[in-house]
Formats: sequence, structure tokens, C-alpha cells
Amino acid sequence: MSAIDLSDLTVWFGHGAERSDAVKSASFSVDTGESFGLVGESGSGKSTVLRAISGLIDSWAGTMQLDGKPLGRRRERSFYKAVQMVFQDPYASLHPRHTVDRVLGEVLKLHGFSDIDARIDKLLDDVGLGKGFRFRYPHQLSGGQRQRVAIARALAPEPRIVLLDEPTSALDVSVQAEILNLLSDLRAERGLTYLMVSHDLGVIGHMCERIAVMQQGRIVELLDVAQMRKLSAEHPYTRHLLDSSVRAVRQA
Amino acid sequence: MTHQTLRDWLLTDTPQSRRQASAAAWYAGWLKLKRNTLAMAGLIVLIALILGALCAPLLATQDPFVQDLGARLLAPGTDGHIFGTDSLGRDIWSRLIYGARISLYIVALVAVVAPLLGLIIGTVAGYAGGILDVVLMRFTDIFLAFPRLILALAFVAALGAGIENAVLAISLTAWPPYARIARAETLTIRNSDFIHAIKLQGAGPLRIITRHVWPLCISSLVIRVTLDMAGIILTAAGLGFLGLGAQPPSPEWGAMVSEGRKYILDYWWVATIPGLAIFTISLAFNLLGDGLRDVLDPREAGK
Repeated sequence: MSAIDLSDLTVWFGHGAERSDAVKSASFSVDTGESFGLVGESGSGKSTVLRAISGLIDSWAGTMQLDGKPLGRRRERSFYKAVQMVFQDPYASLHPRHTVDRVLGEVLKLHGFSDIDARIDKLLDDVGLGKGFRFRYPHQLSGGQRQRVAIARALAPEPRIVLLDEPTSALDVSVQAEILNLLSDLRAERGLTYLMVSHDLGVIGHMCERIAVMQQGRIVELLDVAQMRKLSAEHPYTRHLLDSSVRAVRQA
Repeated sequence: MTHQTLRDWLLTDTPQSRRQASAAAWYAGWLKLKRNTLAMAGLIVLIALILGALCAPLLATQDPFVQDLGARLLAPGTDGHIFGTDSLGRDIWSRLIYGARISLYIVALVAVVAPLLGLIIGTVAGYAGGILDVVLMRFTDIFLAFPRLILALAFVAALGAGIENAVLAISLTAWPPYARIARAETLTIRNSDFIHAIKLQGAGPLRIITRHVWPLCISSLVIRVTLDMAGIILTAAGLGFLGLGAQPPSPEWGAMVSEGRKYILDYWWVATIPGLAIFTISLAFNLLGDGLRDVLDPREAGK
């Protein structure tokens, strides 16, 4: 069964003459337990897809289904218990005046957990931070540590599906690998479904089983990792993307 | 616990409890404020003023209400009257000390009412957007369109003269700038990722506004309030001067200046001393406000 199923999704910003379509009739589905990648250059609409799914944008048309049930305009709390999101920039996604403890504690309370203290310690252990970080403010953490806190926050409600919006692009290369490994480990441990957005084919190749390539708001091609490794893409834009990333690797 | 270890406990990068984390955050702010000499000067003046107001009966040399027509308009320093006496022979120093209570009372009430009103209206308008934003902000614009003292005068005239009504009138005229600031802050905050993140946890607007938006607005409001204190004291004094604030024989500083006005050419101290008092605490609030701006600026928070 598919965890997320999008068909004919169109997302736009602005009204009337100023309306611009960021995503144009996109369709794809993510199987339960799968890790699915969305690739494309800046402005291709890949992050917009995630924001539409998560309910942050309500100007969309088409159908979105979660576990076979269609999603409406408004998301219910049960949705947020099943689907969580990790944002791109860990410097912007944590409240500057809230300690790690407060961030995680509030999320756990919102989702009605009672053993909050024990859960916070457990979450921090799971993302490799440990108890020592519990009462720190974001400004006392490095970028990688912040992203680990953001991942812990996304995992707090025990979701089945995690939306990853370029979770490593704001981080140093050395830290990127750590975070990607952490995400892979967490998926293996918890049987999570990932929908990951990235412009970095290397990251996507490492993390995902299938990818969708987006260009100017449209999905131009769907392919699996084996096809991607063999560089057997059909659409010229996909070939171009693959070529340039292979060339970048050879030059490095 | 010795002094050195308390300092270490406060400056640690790895706090062990909620209490320690918030104490450490406060302490870091205090250290920053302490480096600003002028702000500390302002703070010391204000603390002295508060202590003076609290200990007024101990510090005052005479009853501020007792008249002694035989000793009227004495120059500063004569007969143990440090600042002289006024036209009814009342000791100006004692009246000044008791008047500090009134000034602080006004400042404290206005400082609670006006920013809170502005904060609520501004954040709701900024966060909700749409028609609610338009209605609330045009309402704010109407209040902003009147000169503050004139509007306060109109309120006092409608409500009746007296210190409570003066406070109410000043609060009602002082909130619109706070609403503007709070709205502007909210507009920048509401589209940030950490607000999106808490929305994705299913938090409602009330929780987001009070727990996530307010903490970031409050610092700029605190700065603005401290800088506005001078203006509030002056407005209160202005109302007192016009006879619409504190009523005689209450030793409100503005009213004292007003009484002294009649004798200003021959007996300068009657109006000048309370005038200097108003000047001093206005200046102290401004200096402290400048220092607080350096400590609390939200744009500095992440660094």
C-alpha cells in the first residue's frame, strides 16, 4: 500500500493575475517503508510539494492521500502524529528562546504523552546527543547538533512518515554524512517512510530507493536507484542532471 | 557554595536543569548590561529612586502635607530644608520623596497596561492577518492620529481628574506604538521555520501566539517601554501641571512644578527642584533603555 499518494497536485501562490503555479499536476506515490527522493534545481517546486503535504500551504488542487485516505484543507492532530517534517535550515527551525528540553517537552505534551522526562532523554540518546544537551539553547549548539534536535522533534510523536526538506544542505560536508547516516539508522530501527527533497543527487542516491525528477514545477521522470546508477534516464533534463553530478564527482 | 563556583554554575555550557538554564540565560544578559556604564548609571538612579520611595517615611525630614505659613518660600539649605520650602511652607525634599511614590505608581501601572494591550492587539493582528489585521490596525491608526497629550486630556476630561484616570488615559494613548511594534515583529516571526515546525505538531493559534511569538516580541517591547517611560512620566507631569492629574495637596512632581510656576522669577527652586527630579528619572530610564536594547535585541539572540 502507498503511504503517500499524490495525483494531479497543483500548488500555486498569489491570486488572479499574480498567480504563479509552483507545482503543476504532479503525481507520484510513496510506498510504506520506502525512501523516496524528489530531485530538482532551486525553484523547481520540490519543497513546495512537501509543504503542501504537511498542510503549510493551503492553495492547492488535486488529490493527496495518506494511507489511502484523502487529505482535506485542514490537517487533524492525528495527521501530525503520523507525518512529521525536518526542515532545511536548522538555524531557523529552532525557537531561539527555547531550550532543547522545552522544544521536545512541548511537542510531547501536545501529542498527549505522559512520561515526558524519560522520553526526552530517550529521544536525545536516539539522535546521538545525550542528556548533556537537554537544557541548552540553540545558540549553544552547532549546526549538526541543531539538526539532530530538529530530527528528535520530528521523531517525538513517533510518526510513520517523515518529510525531509534538504536536511543536510545547510550543514558542513563532514556533518552531512553524520546526519545522513543517522537518518538511515533511524529509518532501519523504526521502519519509517521517508520522502526526501534534495538538489544533491549524491545524497539522494545514498538515501533513496526511487526518485522523481522535477523541473519547473513538473515531474519529468520517475526512476529507481538502479536506473540512476546506470545513468539510463530517458528525459534530457534528467540525463543532464545525472551527467553534471557524475562530472562533479570525477572532478572532485 | 563559594562565589567562584556559583559563577561557574551560571556560565556553564551544559546546564543540568531547567532552573540552571534560565538562570544562566539571565546571568549572561546581566553581564552584558553590566559592561554598559551609562545603563548601569541609569539602573542605579532608578534603584535609588525605588528605595527612596519605599523608605519615604524614613528619608523625609517633615510631613509633606504639613503647612507652615511662617516658613514659606525658604531658600534651599535654610532651617534644615535641604531643597527649601514651597509657597505653603511645605518641605520640598519631603514632598519630592513622597512624590516619587506617585511617579513610580503611574509608571508601573502604565508599564503593565499599555504594552500588554499593544502586545495582544499587535500579535493577534499580525498573526491572524486578513480582515482582522485591517480592522485592528486601522483602529490603532485612529489612536495614533491624535497628539498624545491632547488625547489624554480628552480622556481625563471625560473620566474626571485624578491619578487613576490619568493612568488610564496615558495607557489608552500609549498602546498604539506597542501594537505596531508587536505586529511588525509578528509578521517577521510568523513565517519562520520554527513557527511552521510547531504548527506541524498540531499547535493552535493561541498557543503559538502566547508561547512562541510573545517571547520574541517582549524584548523589543521592554526596550520601547523603558525608552517611553520618560515620555510617560512627562505626560503624567504634564497632566499634573495642567491640573488634570494628581490633585492638590498630593505631591506629584508635575503639580509641584505647576504650583512653583507662579513664583519662578523670585523663588526659582520651587519649580526647578521637582523639574530636575523629572529630568533625572526620565534620563535614567532612557539610559537604561539604551543598555537594554543592546542586551535584548532579538536580532542578537541567535548569536
